[in-house]
Amino acid sequence: MDLMEYQAKELFAKHGVKATLGTVVQTAEEARTAAEELGGVTVIKAQVKAGGRGKAGGVKIAKTPDEAFQHAEAILALTIKDLPVNRVLVTPATPPVEDYYFSFLLDRSNRSYLCIASVEGGVEIEEVAKTNPDAVKKIPIDAGTGVDEAKATAIVEEVGFPAELRDQAISMVQQLWEVFVEEDATLVEVNPLARLEGDVLEALDGKVSLDENAEFRHEDHAEFEDKDAADPLEAKAKAKGLNYVKLDGSVGIIGNGAGLVMSTLDVVAYAGEAHGGVKPANFLDIGGGASAEVMANGLDVILNDDQVKSVFVNVFGGITSCDAVANGIVGALEILGDEASKPLVVRLDGNNVEEGRRILAEANHPLVTLEETMDGAADKAAELAHKAGA
Amino acid sequence: MSIFLNKDSKVIVQGITGGEGTKHTRLMLKAGTNVVGGVNARKAGTTVTHQDPDGNDVELPVFGSVAEAIKETGADVSVAFVPPAFTKDAVIEAIDAEIGLLVIITEGVPVQDSAEFWAYAQGKSTRIIGPNCPGIITPGEALAGITPATISGSGPVGLVSKSGTLTYQMMFELKDFGFSTAIGIGGDPIIGTTHIDALEAFENDPDTKAIVMIGEIGGDAEEKAAAYIKEHVTKPVVGYVAGFTAPEGKTMGHAGAIVSDGAGTAQGKKEALEAAGVKVGKTPSETAQLMRDILNGL
Repeated sequence: MDLMEYQAKELFAKHGVKATLGTVVQTAEEARTAAEELGGVTVIKAQVKAGGRGKAGGVKIAKTPDEAFQHAEAILALTIKDLPVNRVLVTPATPPVEDYYFSFLLDRSNRSYLCIASVEGGVEIEEVAKTNPDAVKKIPIDAGTGVDEAKATAIVEEVGFPAELRDQAISMVQQLWEVFVEEDATLVEVNPLARLEGDVLEALDGKVSLDENAEFRHEDHAEFEDKDAADPLEAKAKAKGLNYVKLDGSVGIIGNGAGLVMSTLDVVAYAGEAHGGVKPANFLDIGGGASAEVMANGLDVILNDDQVKSVFVNVFGGITSCDAVANGIVGALEILGDEASKPLVVRLDGNNVEEGRRILAEANHPLVTLEETMDGAADKAAELAHKAGA
Repeated sequence: MSIFLNKDSKVIVQGITGGEGTKHTRLMLKAGTNVVGGVNARKAGTTVTHQDPDGNDVELPVFGSVAEAIKETGADVSVAFVPPAFTKDAVIEAIDAEIGLLVIITEGVPVQDSAEFWAYAQGKSTRIIGPNCPGIITPGEALAGITPATISGSGPVGLVSKSGTLTYQMMFELKDFGFSTAIGIGGDPIIGTTHIDALEAFENDPDTKAIVMIGEIGGDAEEKAAAYIKEHVTKPVVGYVAGFTAPEGKTMGHAGAIVSDGAGTAQGKKEALEAAGVKVGKTPSETAQLMRDILNGL
């Protein structure tokens, strides 16, 4: 889960990282009040889970509360990288003397962690990485030993922080490591890490990604979920415990197992090339146990997607047997009744497939077409979606 | 012949008394696996009753620790069905007991726990498969995991895959040829055994004549495997990559299946594999057909 800037800064503050929290508001009027209370020059920043906010016009400096109102009004009307701006952060303007970049992240390739940091410019770090790659330090972190004071000192020396900031930097590196480890993050990034007037180091902006697999030991992380921005169908699926991702196409997909479902999307997209370019409408993995209830929940979500014109149910019976899946489909159609109104193409293979196919043939539901192969079923589902106007 | 697992493997189950552990102990025994016991510290000293493939009752002892189970049974393989919150401790316990092969089925392990036990395993004697995987099967000999043993018999194809159900699908597609060993290595960002480890072992296994490699979006494991194949693999390799239609920044079911900042795309992986001389199928069926053509020409 990616956090917004103000949420990242809350975690920074919790672990002692120097950061100005500011005030998060949802209306321009509240932004004016916040600016009045802070006094002086303020910065109004869009709170969305996307980079490039500044370039998109989502960060503005306000000299007066009235300007804060105007900027907030404009920013709250923006959509940045398809994300509507629902909140702005109002902070005191603290112009940096110098910008640095600092991050800890998961290093999948080496099955460990990495620190990436630079004292050459902050916000434009990608540019620095291209033009002056030696200025961007990549320091491996041993996942067994982590970052203690000695390691933090070594990092600060290798990155080359100015001598007068050395002690502050060593502390901050340890605090950021604490954020990374104790919050189960996969990314903790400070950009810019600013040197302010009077040689003070402060995290002016932050980005944190949290590991959703670790939610069981972080009940407090639930509050970071951005319920406003969630797609309504995705929210509904999540509430029912379904692993669902909304896409833009017209062929609804239900399958078992993440790999098979991803593959099903691809196969439908290929098949769609011959049928007006129809595409998959979603990813939905119903997992191992395809009971009638899970199948009904899945179909309910997909059939409520207005873009869906046909549905492809693709199940390989491994541990689950195909007769259970077939009964699940028949039961789901009974539960849904008249709500089920779009054609279903079903492909079953594997454990007890003959019985599964027999059950579906016997039910002889007018909406259901049974296909023998995955490629054939994808083609049929794409054809039906295209005929239905997709 | 086979890789990592064979008829002589002695298997224990960490979490043998739990729901999943019970179900899959039964299925592993049914597949002919020599399951010799299990571990649950709270039920040490008891036994669980299952059936061997002939339908005779077998009493399996439950031990207090992996070390004790190894001492009493000579086990060299452990399959862990342990909830995510306890997986790290279970893995470290198995590594300390010097089990030869540890298969972690558990889905939902925090990635920092995986990073930590992976660091701990360095320089030790345990091979780790998983987490978040279906495990490994050497058809006709042994199953350490949850792969359905009835899909395919033994044969000349070696299979390594990030995905469980695509493993099953591919075994089904090529069941007329059969498999030396099929390994699901798991869909998490950090896993133990990699595509490369499996490719190396298949290359050295005289009974494996050709290899199917299944990847998916996220990370750079397939690109690294492609480079490895080019340098070190002489046997024919056919590839499949899932996730061409996955949007950037969305996790597709598996914790590791995500395209971020343009990296880890299916297209990039396909191109890397093809540049290494690997034929890559557009669909699982087409991939199976590519392998079929190769096997028919051998």
